[in-house]
Amino acid sequence: MNNRINNKLKEDEKLLSIYFTAGYPALNDTVQIIQDLEKNGVDMIEIGLPFSDPLADGPTIQESSTAALKNGMTTEILFDQLKDIRKSVSIPLIVMGYFNPLLQYGVEAFCKKCEEIGIDGIIMPDLPLDVYQSEYEAIFKKYGLRNIFLITPQTSDERIRQIDKASDGFIYMVSSASVTGSKSGFGQEQEIYFERIFKMNLKTPQIIGFGIKDAETFQQATKTTNGAIIGSAFIKHITAKGVDAIPEFIKQIR
Amino acid sequence: MNYNVDEKGYYGEFGGAFIPEMLYPNVEELRRNYLEIMYEESFQKEFHQLLKDYVGRPSPLYFAKRLSEKHGCKIYLKREDLNHTGAHKINNTIGQILMAQKLGKTRIIAETGAGQHGVATATVCALMGLECIVYMGEIDIARQAPNVARMKMLGAEVRPAKSGSRTLKDATNEAIRDWVNNPVDTYYIIGSAIGPHPYPDMVTRFQSIISEEIKWQLKEKEGRENPDYVVACIGGGSNAAGTYYHFLHEPEVGIIAVEAAGKGIESGESAATSALGKVGIIHGCKTMLMQTVDGQITEPYSISAGLDYPGVGPMHSHLHTSGRAEFYSATDDEAMAAGLELSQLEGIIPAIETGHAFAIFDHKKFKPDDIVVISLSGRGDKDLSTYIDYFKLA
Repeated sequence: MNNRINNKLKEDEKLLSIYFTAGYPALNDTVQIIQDLEKNGVDMIEIGLPFSDPLADGPTIQESSTAALKNGMTTEILFDQLKDIRKSVSIPLIVMGYFNPLLQYGVEAFCKKCEEIGIDGIIMPDLPLDVYQSEYEAIFKKYGLRNIFLITPQTSDERIRQIDKASDGFIYMVSSASVTGSKSGFGQEQEIYFERIFKMNLKTPQIIGFGIKDAETFQQATKTTNGAIIGSAFIKHITAKGVDAIPEFIKQIR
Repeated sequence: MNYNVDEKGYYGEFGGAFIPEMLYPNVEELRRNYLEIMYEESFQKEFHQLLKDYVGRPSPLYFAKRLSEKHGCKIYLKREDLNHTGAHKINNTIGQILMAQKLGKTRIIAETGAGQHGVATATVCALMGLECIVYMGEIDIARQAPNVARMKMLGAEVRPAKSGSRTLKDATNEAIRDWVNNPVDTYYIIGSAIGPHPYPDMVTRFQSIISEEIKWQLKEKEGRENPDYVVACIGGGSNAAGTYYHFLHEPEVGIIAVEAAGKGIESGESAATSALGKVGIIHGCKTMLMQTVDGQITEPYSISAGLDYPGVGPMHSHLHTSGRAEFYSATDDEAMAAGLELSQLEGIIPAIETGHAFAIFDHKKFKPDDIVVISLSGRGDKDLSTYIDYFKLA
């Protein structure tokens, strides 16, 4: 069964995906940000469900998460904000966050709600492959959700093959050994890594995230892959210039 | 019932390794090798030699006569406060620094709350000549100034954790982020019985020297290996894990844990996880955790920096829910009063963390012939400024 992620990836182009933290800068900016991103040609969106202790994130996303929680964002409120989103938005939508809030909501209840809203996939960096497969895969599939796994430059070929086999949608290629928002530009190390993955000829498309911030890094990242995800750079931009400056940001990427 | 970790890394429903993929290679390398490495003859020899000659083990098991008279039972104190660096923490850092060396790592990171684990890590890094970076919450840096100075003197870099509650939880987040950023040369010495599998089990095994010694020491003094009760304070739970380990499967030994109630369990300023927490994921493991209904981790509070943690190690969550251990909590005031009492009855000033264990007598009455072993996990030098303020000693 295809969903919007699979369909979008069939369009033979380099996808631009944007991550933002729901509830930031203001609690009720969520729908407006999503609509504006689509209007300005973004292909896919990661909606960040804020968490108090985001282990894989650098200062920018940590701070936006803290602010979003302070603004009052909760899982329930986010679902409520998104309830009519499919009336106005047709690109793939993915919820990205950490596993504990999902666990507390109830994994099945969470997935069911995602299906009702029209969410296409979930990224939970701290839900490991083995736990997902033994406990949750059946639930995700029941509600038509793609679970997106991460790989990094340190991930072994053997494990990448395992993840490829378990994946549907895309594989999230973390560009370098870092938390989000911390690298400036890609060097030789990244080129070697991108090349290594390209040559593995995986069945699942790959999209690169972490360290993409402008047209140059976007082009580098999408040379051998299907797309790139921008998070921290986007959040920095709207922090400085406000949510009205979304078109300006997208134009400088492509 | 089995109270140790199973082959998948769980204690009952608790434990596991809920880590982002960035940490997988390092944690997996450790998981595959830790048991083999730590039970190699050469490793055991070096570990025990250092515990003896450098740490000063075995630590005494001391019969506390006046405290026993006061509370109407036979109280023995396991003197971890007499270890080099002043607490049980060094047992684990000696073990883990040897582990890091065997794995070929050259850069050491650690988190610390009270600073005891940070000092113990800085100490073994100095001993082995390895680079050492310790993450510590800004609040803790302010309230544990002597330990910050000790770490610096030992050559470690102390990096402040400025996010969240700026205490132990946030220092742990920062250490994990450092490990994500430095996956090749860096080894993370976790100081408590928390984190992704195999950390809780590895830390417990290194700390299990405490209960191993209690057994033969009590045999010498009382003619029996098993006391009626073992008592320890619990934050993450490393001294408790080591104190309980060899008694877990001895049903006649009662296991008692004392958590930090802060200003009272109902006050909203507490760190009593077993009373206030429910199952969740923190720092890579599934365990009892203080959190909002929405799954956001709550900022804890305790007067003692070492117990100021919103979770508890997965082994302890299992001991709690299975009923194997009795859990109590002591308020700031009870812990401070118990610390003062120990000072004046036995001439031993305990760490404030440790004071919580001694507050057990406010909560439980023992029988006259009960043998109660209390883990005296650390000494109070680092807490003098808190004691001075609290008791107006200056």
